[in-house]
Amino acid sequence: MDPMKKEDHSQVFQKRGSKQKKQPRRPKKVRSKAFKEGFSGYLFMSPTIFTIGIFVVIPILYALYLSFNDVQLLGGIGYEFIGLDNYTRSFDDDRAMIALKNTAEYVFIVVPVQTCLALLLAAALNSNIRGKNAFRIIFFLPTVTSSAVLTIIFMWMYNPDGLINTILAFLQMPTYNWLADPSIALKSIMIMNIWATAPFFMVIYLAAMQDISDSVYEAATIDGANWWQKFIYITIPILKPVTFFVVVMGVIGTFQLFDQSYIFSGGSGGPNNSTLTIVLLIYQYAFKSLDMGYASALAVILAIIIMVVTLIQKKFFGEEKLHD
Amino acid sequence: MKKRLFSKPFIYTILILYAVITFIPFLWAILSSFKSLEEIVSGITFLPETFTLDNYIQIFSQEPLFLRWMFNSIFITACMVFLNIIFNSMAGYALARIKFAGRKFWFFLILVVLMIPFQVTLIPSYLILKMFGWLNTYQGLIIPGMVNATFIFMMRQFFLNFPKELEEAAQMDGLSRIGTFFKIVMPLAKPALAAQAVFIFMSSWNDFMRPLIIMSDEEMFTLTLGLNTFKGQYISFWNLIMAASTLMTIPSLLIYAFFNRYFIKGVTFTGGK
Repeated sequence: MDPMKKEDHSQVFQKRGSKQKKQPRRPKKVRSKAFKEGFSGYLFMSPTIFTIGIFVVIPILYALYLSFNDVQLLGGIGYEFIGLDNYTRSFDDDRAMIALKNTAEYVFIVVPVQTCLALLLAAALNSNIRGKNAFRIIFFLPTVTSSAVLTIIFMWMYNPDGLINTILAFLQMPTYNWLADPSIALKSIMIMNIWATAPFFMVIYLAAMQDISDSVYEAATIDGANWWQKFIYITIPILKPVTFFVVVMGVIGTFQLFDQSYIFSGGSGGPNNSTLTIVLLIYQYAFKSLDMGYASALAVILAIIIMVVTLIQKKFFGEEKLHD
Repeated sequence: MKKRLFSKPFIYTILILYAVITFIPFLWAILSSFKSLEEIVSGITFLPETFTLDNYIQIFSQEPLFLRWMFNSIFITACMVFLNIIFNSMAGYALARIKFAGRKFWFFLILVVLMIPFQVTLIPSYLILKMFGWLNTYQGLIIPGMVNATFIFMMRQFFLNFPKELEEAAQMDGLSRIGTFFKIVMPLAKPALAAQAVFIFMSSWNDFMRPLIIMSDEEMFTLTLGLNTFKGQYISFWNLIMAASTLMTIPSLLIYAFFNRYFIKGVTFTGGK
């Protein structure tokens, strides 16, 4: 294996070398040094090239191929080219529309709420108070806990006679059937995930806030601004790029909701499809109905949505950050 | 500063209230894991009336696979952390320091990979693993995850700012690139490696979807999958389920307790990216 690799890299290198015409004339010693660099460069990169090649690059091309085929998984794998049928089929698929609607509702509610909550908590932590670190460590706890464990703990708290309903009843507030009522189930997941993700974004906000120079605030204090005014007129405008980043990361993350709805509904997306998300639907088609062509088409659509969001973020925010 | 005095109690109220909200589910789970089944079903008590360790003992006696799941999770996570640290650092170092042909291309590819949601590669990866005969095996879960584009990018940034003099001195002394990397560079990169390690640990230990797809045999389940199965089998035995959840969370909490500054560093890196 090893000598093979060596040959391979030298070929790649020499091809490039001869392209740039200047190199062949160099003294022998420099050339062998350049060769050594090329060799060690590819040696260091080889695990990455291997893994990303086989498990990212090839799969992407393969996913596109699958999405244009009717795939049969009996014994071997059978392909039948059907053009865009898998893509057009998704428009007539009721469950796909339900999954899209659920996912969109989830994104539109969770992202704004968790962003505001993160900003508020970060602002509170960034003021001149004691025990800042202790609060931060506690707030961050849900982020390090597995989504499976969190979902299971919440399912128990959401039980009809569980902790949450008991507290609500004690406070004379209405109680809900958090797990089994189709109009509530998705909201139960929303509450849980806002609770679990907001602290992660809080840490990002907090780091950015600590970079804002004190002199800006001092000037405002002299002008008689109070805490709230400073927050609204100084902190929020300065943090605009961070907010943009947090929103985009939030959108990407929420679009990929899977673990929680899978565990919540035992993989079905129920009750009555109310917790069915796009990724859960892809999972069901690919690994339950073994309809891998159609599932791949849905995955490609999801990837396109997510990549468009990411590209927008890179365009507005990523570039300037990369160059400083 | 004096002007803020008024809002301070308000700020403390918010922070303490939210700390309580954050803490209650964990506390509730842990307390419940020490309660008997009768107490669980008879209604709400906050503190256990009779403190019992039976639930923890019962998990292992009633679910003989629980130990196996623990082993699987520990083994897979350990391999993932070890391989990722070495391979991501190697790639990051090459992209930052070694001038080889095609370097720009490979860096560009890493940036592209960063944007690809993993769901799109899920189905083809499954078919590829099937072709290799790697479904339901440790390598099926470990090999596809043994490098991570995010951390390659992070290590590249780290090595761009790494002092060159040390490596040059080492090379003068006749150390090869590989020797320099493992003997001089890696030991000095410990803080970056630690940040990487905790995040790889968390993502591997808590991973649900990839094991769900790759592992079909109950003996090969990781703890996250095992816990889900366990929940299905012992429905309404919440005392047992909470004990199992607590057991699964302890390693994460321990690592978090010892390395929490690296978590913050890692998150702010992701944020600053």
